[in-house]
Amino acid sequence: MADMVSVDEVAEAMFKLIKDAAGQKQYKAMDLQKAMIELFPDRVDKKLCKESIKKLINSGRCIYTYFGGSYIELPHVEGAANPDE
Amino acid sequence: MADKTKATGMLAELKDGPYPSFVKEIEAAAEKNEMAQDLIGLLELSYNEKLCHWKHGGIVGVMGYGGGVIGRYVDVPEEFPNVSHFHTLRVNQPAAWFYKTEALRKICDIWEERGSAIMNIHGSTGDIILLGTTTAQLEPVFSELTKLGFDLGGSGSVLRTPSCCVGPARCEWAMFDTLKFAYEHTMKYQDELHRPYFPYKFKFKFSGCPNDCVASIARADMSFIGTWRDDILVNQDKVLWYANEKKLDIQEIVVDRCPTKCMEWDGKELHIDNRNCSRCMHCINVLHLALKPGKDRGCTILIGSKAPILEGAQLSSVLVPFMRMEPPYAEDEATAEDLPELIDNIWELWGEEGKNRERVGEFIQRIGMGNFLDAIGLEPAAEMVSHPRTNPYVFYELGEEDEEEEDE
Repeated sequence: MADMVSVDEVAEAMFKLIKDAAGQKQYKAMDLQKAMIELFPDRVDKKLCKESIKKLINSGRCIYTYFGGSYIELPHVEGAANPDE
Repeated sequence: MADKTKATGMLAELKDGPYPSFVKEIEAAAEKNEMAQDLIGLLELSYNEKLCHWKHGGIVGVMGYGGGVIGRYVDVPEEFPNVSHFHTLRVNQPAAWFYKTEALRKICDIWEERGSAIMNIHGSTGDIILLGTTTAQLEPVFSELTKLGFDLGGSGSVLRTPSCCVGPARCEWAMFDTLKFAYEHTMKYQDELHRPYFPYKFKFKFSGCPNDCVASIARADMSFIGTWRDDILVNQDKVLWYANEKKLDIQEIVVDRCPTKCMEWDGKELHIDNRNCSRCMHCINVLHLALKPGKDRGCTILIGSKAPILEGAQLSSVLVPFMRMEPPYAEDEATAEDLPELIDNIWELWGEEGKNRERVGEFIQRIGMGNFLDAIGLEPAAEMVSHPRTNPYVFYELGEEDEEEEDE
C-alpha cells in the first residue's frame, strides 16, 4: 500500500467537497468515505476517514444535521428555525 | 383573559376517564413554566384546526454529537413565543432503567430550570425524553447532564441507545446477563452511538429469555434473545401437583397451546420432544414451578426488525441460532462465531451498499437473505428458515459436483 494521506489532508479534501456542494447536495459520512477512497486510491482507509470527519466536526467547521438521515454540512441557519427571542 | 395554565375544549376532554392524562401533567407543569403554558395553547390550536403546527428541525445539536437532540419549532411563533423553539433531548438510559431517586430528582431539577419541565419516562426508544427547550439551553443542559454521569443518545443515523430487560437483576428466567451486555455494548460502541456513519438508524436490544420483555424481536435491528440448547428440566411431581392440587387442565392450557405440538400428557407424566421444541417458553410460564429452561444457556441473535416508517413493520429473522454469552463474548467454541466481527461485517456491508434511510432489515429484503449471509461470511442454518417454501417453482443452480453426478 502506498504512503497514507494525513488526517489533515483528508479533512481538507472532505471540507472542499462539502463546501462546493453546499445548498445542492448533502453528504453522508459514507459518501465522504467513498469519495476519499476514489480521490486517494490505496492511500486512505475507513479509520482515517472517520478521524478526518471527527476533526471537521470537533473543529466546528462542519456539523452533523439530521433530516431523516444524518448528513455532514457547513454550519448554517436552517429554514425551519425561528429567530432567537 | 383566559387562564393559560388550564386546557379547554377538546384538550380538556382528555382529562376525563380513569387513566392518567398527559394534559393534567402539562397543566401541572404550566403552574410554574411558561413553555408548558404555550404548549397547552398550541395543542388546543392543533386540535381545533386539525393541523400539526410543529416543524422538524435538523441542525440543532451539541458540539461533536450527531445524535441526542431533535430540533422542533412551531410555525406560529408570534402566537406562542415560549414554544417557538421546543427541542427534544434524548438521554441515554442506564441498563434496565435502574436509577437512584436522587439521580432522577437532579434530572428533573435541570429540566425545570432549563426546559419545559415536561419529560417522557421512558420513550418507546428506551431513552429518557426531555421535551422542549430552546437552542441556547442545549449546551448548558448537556453540560449539566454529563456532570451527573448521563449522556445523550438515540437519534440520527447512529447506533441507537442499546436497551435491555431487567435480566438477572430481577428475573429468574434471564439466560444471560443482559445488563452487563447492554452496558458493555454501550461503552464499546461510543463512536457509533454519537457519530453518524450508517445509512440509517441501528438498534440493539437485549432480552434475557424468549418472553422478550423489551420486544427486541419487533423493535431492534439486531435482537439478542436468551435461550437454551439442552432439554427442558421437568419435575414430574410438581407437574402432577399442578394437575391435582391446582386443578390445571394441562392438556388444554399447556399441551394444546404448544406451537410445535412437541408435548404429550398422559395424565401422569408430561413428555417433551425437546428436538422439536422451539423454546417459546409457554409451558415454562404456565408450569413455572415444574419446568425450567435447560442449563446450556446463551442467546439467539436475530436481525432486521423495525417499526413502520418508510416501509412496513418487520420482525427479526434468525442470524445466529445459538451463542454463549459469557466473557469474553468474542469467540464461541460451540458456534465458532465472533460477535464483534459479525457486527462489523454487517455494518460494513450495509454501510457500503445500503441506500439512504434504508434499515438493515429492508436492505436484507432487497438483496436477499442468501446474498446477505454470503457477504457477511455466515453459513446458512436450518434455524434461519421460518417456514417451508410455499412456491413450488424453485429454480436453483447446480454445483460442479451435482453436474458431475448428473452426467454419470
